[in-house]
Amino acid sequence: MSAVVEQASWLPVLALEDIPQMGARVLEGAPIGPVALFRSGDSVFALKDRCPHKGGPLSQGIVHGRQVTCPLHGWTIDLATGQATAPDVGCTGSLSVRVEGGQVYLLHAELARQP
Amino acid sequence: MDKMKLVVIGNGMAGIRTVEELLKLAPERYEITVFGSEPYPNYNRILLSPVLAGEQTVDDIILNSLEWYESNGIRLHLGRTVTRIDRARRQVVAADGTTEAYDRLLIATGSNPFLLPVPGNDLPGVISYRDIHDTQRMIEAAREYRHAVVVGGGLLGLEAANGLKLRGMDVTVVHLADWLLERQLDPVAAGLLQQSLEARGLGFRLSTQTTAILSDAAGRRVGSVRFRDGSEIAADLVVMAAGIRPNTALAEAAGLACRRGILVSDTLQTFDPRIYAVGECASHRGIAYGLVAPLFEQAKVCANHLAFMGIGRYTGSVTSTKLKVTGIDLFSAGEFMGGEGTEEITLSDPVGGVYKKLVLREDRLVGACLYGDTADGAWYFKLLREGRKVAELRDCLMFGESNIGDAGHEGHNRAMAMADADEVCGCNGVSKGAIVRAIQEQGLFTLEEVRKCTKASGSCGSCTGLVEQILMNTLGADYSETPAKKALCGCTDHTHEEVRKAIREHRLLSQQAVRAFLEWRTPNGCASCRPALNYYLMATWPHEALDDPQSRFINERAHANIQKDGTFSVVPRMWGGLTNPAELRRIADVAEKYRVPTVKLTGGQRIDLLGIRKEDLPAVWKDLDMPSGHAYGKSIRTVKTCVGDEHCRFGTQSSMKMGVALEKMLFGMYAPHKVKLAVSGCPRNCAEAGIKDVGVIGVDSGWEIYVAGNGGIKTEVAQFLCKVRTDEEVREYAGAFLQLYREEGWYLERTVHYVARVGMGAIRARIVEDAEGRKALYERLLFALRDAPDPWKVPEAAGVDRRQFSAVRLPGLAEGVMS
Ligand code: SRM
Ligand SMILES: Cc1cc2nc3c(=O)[nH]c(=O)nc-3n(C[C@H](O)[C@H](O)[C@H](O)COP(=O)(O)OP(=O)(O)OC[C@H]3O[C@@H](n4cnc5c(N)ncnc54)[C@H](O)[C@@H]3O)c2cc1C
Ligand code: SF4
Ligand code: FES
Repeated sequence: MSAVVEQASWLPVLALEDIPQMGARVLEGAPIGPVALFRSGDSVFALKDRCPHKGGPLSQGIVHGRQVTCPLHGWTIDLATGQATAPDVGCTGSLSVRVEGGQVYLLHAELARQP
Repeated sequence: MDKMKLVVIGNGMAGIRTVEELLKLAPERYEITVFGSEPYPNYNRILLSPVLAGEQTVDDIILNSLEWYESNGIRLHLGRTVTRIDRARRQVVAADGTTEAYDRLLIATGSNPFLLPVPGNDLPGVISYRDIHDTQRMIEAAREYRHAVVVGGGLLGLEAANGLKLRGMDVTVVHLADWLLERQLDPVAAGLLQQSLEARGLGFRLSTQTTAILSDAAGRRVGSVRFRDGSEIAADLVVMAAGIRPNTALAEAAGLACRRGILVSDTLQTFDPRIYAVGECASHRGIAYGLVAPLFEQAKVCANHLAFMGIGRYTGSVTSTKLKVTGIDLFSAGEFMGGEGTEEITLSDPVGGVYKKLVLREDRLVGACLYGDTADGAWYFKLLREGRKVAELRDCLMFGESNIGDAGHEGHNRAMAMADADEVCGCNGVSKGAIVRAIQEQGLFTLEEVRKCTKASGSCGSCTGLVEQILMNTLGADYSETPAKKALCGCTDHTHEEVRKAIREHRLLSQQAVRAFLEWRTPNGCASCRPALNYYLMATWPHEALDDPQSRFINERAHANIQKDGTFSVVPRMWGGLTNPAELRRIADVAEKYRVPTVKLTGGQRIDLLGIRKEDLPAVWKDLDMPSGHAYGKSIRTVKTCVGDEHCRFGTQSSMKMGVALEKMLFGMYAPHKVKLAVSGCPRNCAEAGIKDVGVIGVDSGWEIYVAGNGGIKTEVAQFLCKVRTDEEVREYAGAFLQLYREEGWYLERTVHYVARVGMGAIRARIVEDAEGRKALYERLLFALRDAPDPWKVPEAAGVDRRQFSAVRLPGLAEGVMS
């Protein structure tokens, strides 16, 4: 894959500092549906903003370590994999993220996917 | 670093629990080797009784599979008995010659059954009841033979007898003492127990001493048992359940000090500091425990020291017992026999098969013995361990917790009587059967574990008592941790109290500082401790500590209530439930403009606009131009009022005026949990002040103040605090009480639970009897609430992160791809 293609496929979505520390922002307008962008330290994670339990908006949860606790019924979801932690089972889609020069990038192809 | 060598002698419950705890703390420190005499991996010995009764199989009760040992890199010598400890060379030697060197040695050899020293005790057909092998022999005997005699009417003996009966044998229990379970029950309760066991077809010979076991005519195996009075009964199987002796032979031979158990210190070390001992073989402060709960506590402490963490001491346990015979409910703990200096409260209903005895000394519960209805066993046990004064509870102590406080729906609290399909946890839809299965199949021992695995009692918590009871019934003892100390959350061992104290005494001003100072295990906490710490900081250091919105639940972060579909509800404040045409008009306009799907009157005398999109929230607040109702916060919610003397023909006081004044005073007040008040103008009490955190009722000569009521999960009537004359006094007393709760309550503890914990006497002493203290509290409250910003009107000043109300958009991409 050439460098040009690779650059083109990463879309800048917002600045790192626009995501609150240990918090989240929602990205709307992508075909895949709302995407939650979480920040833990200088790491950013992107998940579909739908809890595997009953579709709760994960972006509204409390972030701790590399996990988020869903605001509706308290499931805890791993930010990196989208997997619910035991005893709950389920997974929400996770998206690749790149942070460079204070800017957060997501993959065009992943956002363009139909839900 | 080269790994150290840890050798464990005894592949049983205490030894392996210690290894598990150790692996959690320091998985890399040791190369671990385990010796076990039995040919099985670690199993749940407690559940041998259900196996004998045919309710479970051996496979069901395995706790750690062979794969578990392998994946944790543990070398396991099954079926090998250690015969010698060579302390000089630091190695152990097994019967077959296997030799292993150690840097640390853990002895967990359990107990040996005590065989009565009578002739014939070695005949075939005479067995003890300790392990899988014994259990299997009993099951086989039950297939071939008819008459069983169980020697010993203790817990083990009765469980064995019950199992053999269920397997079709004729069973007689022979007991030396005058009544069954003399170490657990008093004679009255034991009599009831005996009756119900007799009804199941078990036979008993009490006050009877066994003198010999005789062989059958062919001289092949046991044939009968003879007693001191010369009588004999037929027996094809004799089960010896006359007690256990700590298994110390190995330790004694190695020169370790033993006295009815291997002597260990509070760190579970024997006299040789490289050698630890846990479990039934160990004697701690003169006690060798024979139940799993204390052994697990030992395991925790021992693992901590083996991991070189060097904190944690084992200071002993208070135990309770429970017979695991399906359909029989008994519970006992502490000094249930009473004695010098104690008083007893008893309730006896022989026909209904219920007997309860509570033993008190100096206003504290020191013992309990329950038969037939053990619903409150866990609660009594808690009171007993905490050593809490019970004067205030005394009148209703006998009627149980559901009459007093903490948890458990009334009429819903007899775990034993419940069918498997009955729902225990209404929030998460967990049935009794599912909980029992999880406890048995997954080897759960504590409330925490059950919560984690099944979610039962994990949400509103009202079924906690019930779940504890199911645990107790399934495991035969109480498995809540013995110290009255409960960690704030999984990130720390510190209690709410300790955390609050540290924040206060060391002037900690940020969560970071708290976590560093108290050595939190996680870098930034979890969803439980983050909101709690944030509250504690704000409440302790108002105007100084920094609020962290990201540590607040979404409702407090967005200043509206999240709904199941992700939209929000907005409840503007109507002081004291009062409104006017202008406000109503604005509400109507907002409802139309933002197409609010539902407009509803709340139970708190105000109006709820439900179904508002998050991005509309700031505009809705602006258009409403009303104060935030804080319907979303662990904060002051509403002050309900009745009409009062301004209009009502019965009114004696101005309840509306009083209510508005209180609500204005408390505006913006965050607390451990939500706070609701009500003011009624006369004792007819139309504002329902009797079930509020603070209820104020007008009487002819002034106001009566009630506190700690609750109308939620479990209705609790507020308790009388005092009577005052003036409006200013109402504000001062009510404010002081709420400030006390703010300063001492644990996060998510409503006033009713806070007051139940500290006692109404303590509240009166601080609020009614100590005028200066009261004034100081009141002043601290006013100081904390000074200039409380309204998050709807001045979001910046209130620290609201406004970014959350606008989503990041990707229009270009969407169009491009969708076309
Ligand atoms: C809106 C309202 C129901 C209504 O339509 O009337 C309501 C709605 C909720 N109540 Fe309530 N409670 C409402 C009055 C009450 C009352 C009655 C009262 O205040 O007089 C009670 C019993 C009184 C009491 O609290 O002592 C009540 C006892 C509860 C409880 C149980 C609290 C307890 O300690 O047992 C909860 C659960 C909790 O807080 O953890 C709860 C929780 C909730 C939550 C916030 C659930 C949640 O966390 O999302 C509900 C939000 C619904 C939503 O989708 O917005 N609600 N709730 C009432 C708002 C009153 C207001 O104007 O602010
Ligand atoms: C039938 C039955 C029912 C019970 N019910 C309950 C109950 O309801 N509630 C409750 O709390 N407790 C109950 N108990 C007690 C509970 O099982 C014990 O307290 C607990 O198992 C003790 O743990 P331990 O590790 O000290 O000993 P064990 O679990 O007995 O483990 C010791 C192990 O060490 C092995 N061993 C001994 N010497 C050597 C050696 N030299 N070399 C190698 N291996 C050796 C033994 O074979 C054994 O496997 C019950 C016990 C029995 C037998
Ligand atoms: S009682 Fe309260 S918490 Fe339960 S559904 Fe109704 S509003 Fe929601
Ligand atoms: S929707 Fe997330 S926990 Fe229920």
